[in-house]
Amino acid sequence: MPTQPYILRARDWAPEARSLVGGKLASLGELIQAGARVPPWFAVTTYAYERTLEHNGLLDTIRRAMAALDVSDQTSLEVASLCARKLIEGHSFPADLEEQLHEAYEALAKEIDVPDLAVAVRSSATAEDAADASFAGQQETYLWIRGRRSVARHVLRCWSSLYTPQAISYRARLGLAPDAGSMSVGVQQMVDARVAGVMFTLNPSNGDLSKIGIEASWGLGVSVVGGEVTPDRYWVDKVTLEILKRTISPKAMEYRQAADGGMVRVPVAAERQDVPCLSDEEVVELARLAKAIEAGYGSPRDIEWAIDARLPFPDNVLLLQCRPETVWSNRAPTPLVAPKADPLDYVTDRMLAGLRDMTRS
Amino acid sequence: MATVEKAPPAQAARFPSPFDVATPPGCEGWRDMYPYYYVFSEDRREFEEGKLWFHDGMHHPEPLYPFDTITSESWWIALGQYNSRVFIVPPALGIDQRVLNGYLYISANAITDGAVVGKRVDFFKKRAGYYYEHWNELYAKWEKKATDTIRELQAISVPDLPEMEDEAVVTEGRGVTSAYHVIAAYDRCIENMYKMWQLHFEFLNLGYAAYLTFYGFCKQAFPDIADQTIAKMVSGIDVMLFRPDDELKRLAKLAVDLGVSSAFADGRTPDQVLADLGKTEPGRKWTADLEKTKDPWFYFSYGAGFYHHHRSWVDNAQLPFSSLRSYIVRLGRGEDIARPSAAVKKERDRIIAEYQALLGTDEDRKAFGDMLNLARTVFPFVENHNFYVEHWHHTIFWNKMREFARLLMKNGFFADAEDMFYLHRREVYDALYDLVASWAVGTPARGPKYWPPVVAKRKAIITKLYDWQPPSALGPTPDVITEPFTIMLWGITTERVKDWLTPRAAAGVAKELRGAAGSPGVAEGPARVVLSVDQLAAVEDGEILICPITAPSWVPVFARIKGAVSDIGGIMCHAAIVSREYGLPAVVGTGFATKTIKTGQRVRVDGNTGVVTILS
Repeated sequence: MPTQPYILRARDWAPEARSLVGGKLASLGELIQAGARVPPWFAVTTYAYERTLEHNGLLDTIRRAMAALDVSDQTSLEVASLCARKLIEGHSFPADLEEQLHEAYEALAKEIDVPDLAVAVRSSATAEDAADASFAGQQETYLWIRGRRSVARHVLRCWSSLYTPQAISYRARLGLAPDAGSMSVGVQQMVDARVAGVMFTLNPSNGDLSKIGIEASWGLGVSVVGGEVTPDRYWVDKVTLEILKRTISPKAMEYRQAADGGMVRVPVAAERQDVPCLSDEEVVELARLAKAIEAGYGSPRDIEWAIDARLPFPDNVLLLQCRPETVWSNRAPTPLVAPKADPLDYVTDRMLAGLRDMTRS
Repeated sequence: MATVEKAPPAQAARFPSPFDVATPPGCEGWRDMYPYYYVFSEDRREFEEGKLWFHDGMHHPEPLYPFDTITSESWWIALGQYNSRVFIVPPALGIDQRVLNGYLYISANAITDGAVVGKRVDFFKKRAGYYYEHWNELYAKWEKKATDTIRELQAISVPDLPEMEDEAVVTEGRGVTSAYHVIAAYDRCIENMYKMWQLHFEFLNLGYAAYLTFYGFCKQAFPDIADQTIAKMVSGIDVMLFRPDDELKRLAKLAVDLGVSSAFADGRTPDQVLADLGKTEPGRKWTADLEKTKDPWFYFSYGAGFYHHHRSWVDNAQLPFSSLRSYIVRLGRGEDIARPSAAVKKERDRIIAEYQALLGTDEDRKAFGDMLNLARTVFPFVENHNFYVEHWHHTIFWNKMREFARLLMKNGFFADAEDMFYLHRREVYDALYDLVASWAVGTPARGPKYWPPVVAKRKAIITKLYDWQPPSALGPTPDVITEPFTIMLWGITTERVKDWLTPRAAAGVAKELRGAAGSPGVAEGPARVVLSVDQLAAVEDGEILICPITAPSWVPVFARIKGAVSDIGGIMCHAAIVSREYGLPAVVGTGFATKTIKTGQRVRVDGNTGVVTILS
């Protein structure tokens, strides 16, 4: 077997690398392949995880801790978890990995010329593929991480999250070994979201596949995802990419990046509240990306996106996450009209339908 | 498929009754200009007050000159009969007409009794089915009938009334004289006009029915799909209305190839250009080509062709010559001036393929394909008939009428030949009879005493009527409008009627105007209000054209503007079609744009949503 990489850059991603980067990063890779522009990222691979454990001789210790565990006993679970996580977080990387991680982080910062670039550090477990969304959600994500030391520390914390009590008991429930699974960590440039939101490649209210719906509000996307604001809503024709409808709503609050790296909920100045938060060209660019992504996957998608305040158009239009649409996509379509041998019958039907509408009203 | 007219709830907003609209001061006696059957009258009051009438600003935006009712009266019969008596369209009869204060009001006659509709279905299927099935071959026959009718009109000569008949009348034993020929020529011209309008509607109702069927399916399958996107899928590439402009491009290239471009120098009138060209051999070659091109491509009206004063390129070559000049300049700069037909066609095919693929089932994809095919089969007629009728034929017709007018003027009936158009066509018949009789018997005609004061009075009335703003509609408001012509041609939808009722749309105050989204895209720029053809020359590059209605012959202007807004028109109106062709945003049927927007104001035209915003 050839030597495995510690670090996998976004541009080197290929479907074969799935086991090296875990489920979450694999879907990010697919997103790029489907035509998306995403915030620059790299993966610290599962190989890096395994080598680090090996390098520090942790494998046996963790296995022993797991072997002594009674998953039905909450205290025992927490003790084992604490023990494993402390072990992982308390050690350091092999020197060559540390150097490569450092280099990769500097390269990311250079891409947009920001020193101490803020990044999101996210876990991406290999067991995720088989797991349901709630399990995926239990893995850690750290936002607004700056500086190489802090990035390295949070990579370790992500790895250790493989041993949260929830993760351990989840594996037990599935009948997996307590130390099963490996974990990759994604390091992704943090978006400085001027505007963010979600979009869907069909009309969720009627399943109309010819529309792309976009919901947008000021600041980070959590306000839209969490339903804390009534977002601006745009409807775009998927075929012609024309904006069909704009509904601009008052947007009274937004989430912004705080000085300490966290998020703060702040009021939106009165003069910005009723202003459309997207320009027409941004709307069309988002729709164009959504259409490309849907075509890449071959089925309707829900997509999270953001507009980065630091970048020029169209580089500022970034996609963050993408999920398959499940409501309409799982329904069997029914024909709208009964097929006719003679096209004239469509004409007659349409005329009489007019009359039916008339007598109803 | 019919306008619904139901008694409105007690407090519902309604438009004024035609019987409550006052005669504008100084216009008393306007009714005398029109036939008795053409005005609202007490004896039909109950019937006339019970329905919605709307002003046909699309085809007849100006007050009707008595003579010019020949166009509206012709389509009154022609449109109606094909629905009611020929194709037996199940839920729709004709579109009725009345004149109020000189303006044309129309009202769709729907059949609302389900049993009656049901009985009509089988007849419709058989008759319409025959036309749809044999469309291409019938359309080929139509083109010949239309061309023949035009050639017949061209061949009618309007004789003079000589002091003494030619000796040949005797030596050839002709048996009929100029007296007969004058009357007969007039009759033949009028009959020819009636015939042309019969032909105008031979296919049109069925054409729109097929289009609306596809339209309705698209709206059902893809709710909120833009009207213009549906139109784009059906539109042809080689539309006759684009041909005159294409011919100008060809002539511009010919001028460059022949090395005679310098004759078209800025500031020269068409006559000066032609005089210069006449001096050289290559110049004469170009002029010969122009002469050949003129019939029919310069029989292209500056207006809609519905009024006698809608003159054409053959009458006034200013606009085609200014276009020729600008095309020659662009060719000199090495620009490609050809229409991007291949790109337009490719885009159309892409749109069709993508929509069809978005449908969920094979059944729907087949239905979409079948309906689209039918719509595209009928569309060449829908797109081209205007050229034959309103442009080519009517240019000749109005000029033929001017020959009779000059005959009457010469004999003292009018001070000015154009005065004849203040007479109804049957009054003109009387005047000609008066003239011919006086010629025959050798006594003075009464006309020279009788008509000048009538014309003077009518001129004063019509001048005043131009200042009057006709209400958009009269009578009770319908719940919903479904009649195909009403929607497609006039752009009258349920929403539009509601909009008319809201006070904010009143002239002169709105910051925002709503109309139909005629052609997609958004543009901002200084407004240029153009009320008539002679103002077209003032349009500058990058302006937004604001006009009551556009005519196909305005096409060259579309190469200069950034967007278009019209008072009148639906998605299939000319301004919308040309704007789509040129990729310009357009909002049509705004109702008040020319009254609300001033030249020089910055405006934003949103052709996706149909909104025009005044920015300064």
